[in-house]
Amino acid sequence: MIYNGRRDPNLDRFFLSPTHYALTLYATLIETGRLDKSSLDQFNVDGSTLEMIGSEHSPGHETNGGSFGQTISQAAGVAWARRAKGDTGKVWVFLSDGECQEGQTWEAIMSMAFHKINNIKIVVDVNGQQVDGRTADVMNMEPLFDKFSSFGACTKQVDGHNLPALRKALEASHDDRPLVVLAYTSPYKGMEILKERYPHLHYVRFKDDHERDSFKQQLTRLES
Amino acid sequence: MELIKRVHAKNIVKWGKTHSDAIVLSADLTSSCEVDEFRDAFPDRFLSMGLMEQNMMGFAAGLAREGFTPMVHTFAVFMYRRSLDQIEMSIAYPNLPVKIFGFLPGVTTPGGPSHQAINDIAVMRSLPNMTVIETADATDVESVLELSNAVDGPVYIRMVRGQIPRLFPAKDQTMLGKARVLSLGSDVTLLTSGICTEESLRVTDILKDRGIGVQHLHVTTLKPFDDDRVCEALAKARFGIITMENHTSIGGLGSCAAEMISKFGINTKLLKVAINDTYLQGASRTFLMERYGIDVKALLHAIESLIGEKVDISDTDLTTSRPDSFFNENQQEAL
Repeated sequence: MIYNGRRDPNLDRFFLSPTHYALTLYATLIETGRLDKSSLDQFNVDGSTLEMIGSEHSPGHETNGGSFGQTISQAAGVAWARRAKGDTGKVWVFLSDGECQEGQTWEAIMSMAFHKINNIKIVVDVNGQQVDGRTADVMNMEPLFDKFSSFGACTKQVDGHNLPALRKALEASHDDRPLVVLAYTSPYKGMEILKERYPHLHYVRFKDDHERDSFKQQLTRLES
Repeated sequence: MELIKRVHAKNIVKWGKTHSDAIVLSADLTSSCEVDEFRDAFPDRFLSMGLMEQNMMGFAAGLAREGFTPMVHTFAVFMYRRSLDQIEMSIAYPNLPVKIFGFLPGVTTPGGPSHQAINDIAVMRSLPNMTVIETADATDVESVLELSNAVDGPVYIRMVRGQIPRLFPAKDQTMLGKARVLSLGSDVTLLTSGICTEESLRVTDILKDRGIGVQHLHVTTLKPFDDDRVCEALAKARFGIITMENHTSIGGLGSCAAEMISKFGINTKLLKVAINDTYLQGASRTFLMERYGIDVKALLHAIESLIGEKVDISDTDLTTSRPDSFFNENQQEAL
């Protein structure tokens, strides 16, 4: 089974860049009926393809994006190649704000603008936090809008939790440039209990049984 | 000995005419890497990537995923050093057919340590899925497109450029994984690669005259390193083995030979004529080869050390010798 659907010149392609988000992608595949819910039992289990950091063989993944800033360049190459072949399908990239600290991200944006690659749409999850804490405290990236614009992307900025606004931004025309949509999000949206651990939300591990229980209760409430 | 200019420049244009899948990428070193004629002949299949090697590697990987054959060109140091993670995660791990043309090996540039690729073979050889090739002459350079195209995966090619010698007959194309036998002999087995082959040829004929039998093989495929003829040559040398390379003593041709010797339990001595675990300074090739001990005199000393006696060869003999009288494989077949 090809989890992202069959490949066709008319069809889009999706690249998850920070494949640390693999679990979210597996969940999305389940919600869209492309992966069975029980497969999550295999998440991060020895020998399973549902790896913790998604890899080439993991469901829904085209690349291993564990080393940040690399997938966007590969997607740019794919977009150039698809345009050269006359494909009408688009290339989509999901980027995180933390990996914008990698210089390669900007190399990629610059090269796409230079080569007028316009069949690519990039969504940046601007959740404002990374391993060490708030992005603003670790290595501030703002103003991201100005940065992406000046590097040559057609840039939009939206509340990432406002889906109609996000969809509208992604439908914007972007002529002969790549489209970048900055989706500002809260890393604990819909799960306020995580706020207690903010801004340290990179692979949250339970500290003790008490915390495990409180998260369990939260999960029960969410599921009911 | 025939010297030819800009062999790759002509060859890759010829290749481009019959291979529409070939895309050339360059990081602001287009004429320096001899792809300017390709750029002019096929502007739609040439990508100027600017001084952004990391992005260039990933971009090439994306092209390869869509069925193109990307041929990435820049100086080797900016590839295996500056964009190693990209080569590993975007190209080698997914085993994509990206052909990586690395220029300025070792002493071939006066550009100093920032430009001299002295440990590229060691690094690239350690990457899973990577094939590693080193060129020495016009025939090697003319062969690498066909040779690397036959590999369904990434290939690193250590390139010589500019005015280069024709050491091997043009019709006798270089084969993947097959060393060229340049001479037969049972006293010493000599493995050389890259520009050191040309250098070594200054003394091998003289050694023959002095009655020292040298089994000389020119190696182009550093990985995989599994040529039966090399293995046999390592096993049959009376005094031992010498490797000679334009690379540091760790991880290059000498290490390939050492690994083969240990793998097959061959009881022999191995002397490496190589850059002795140091960065170089910027200077002429001739100066650097002598200063860092990879010239013909260093080779002669190694041979004397191996056979345990002084060989009657003067500096004048070495200066006047020319590498134009060795035999090739076809001639060997006739022997």
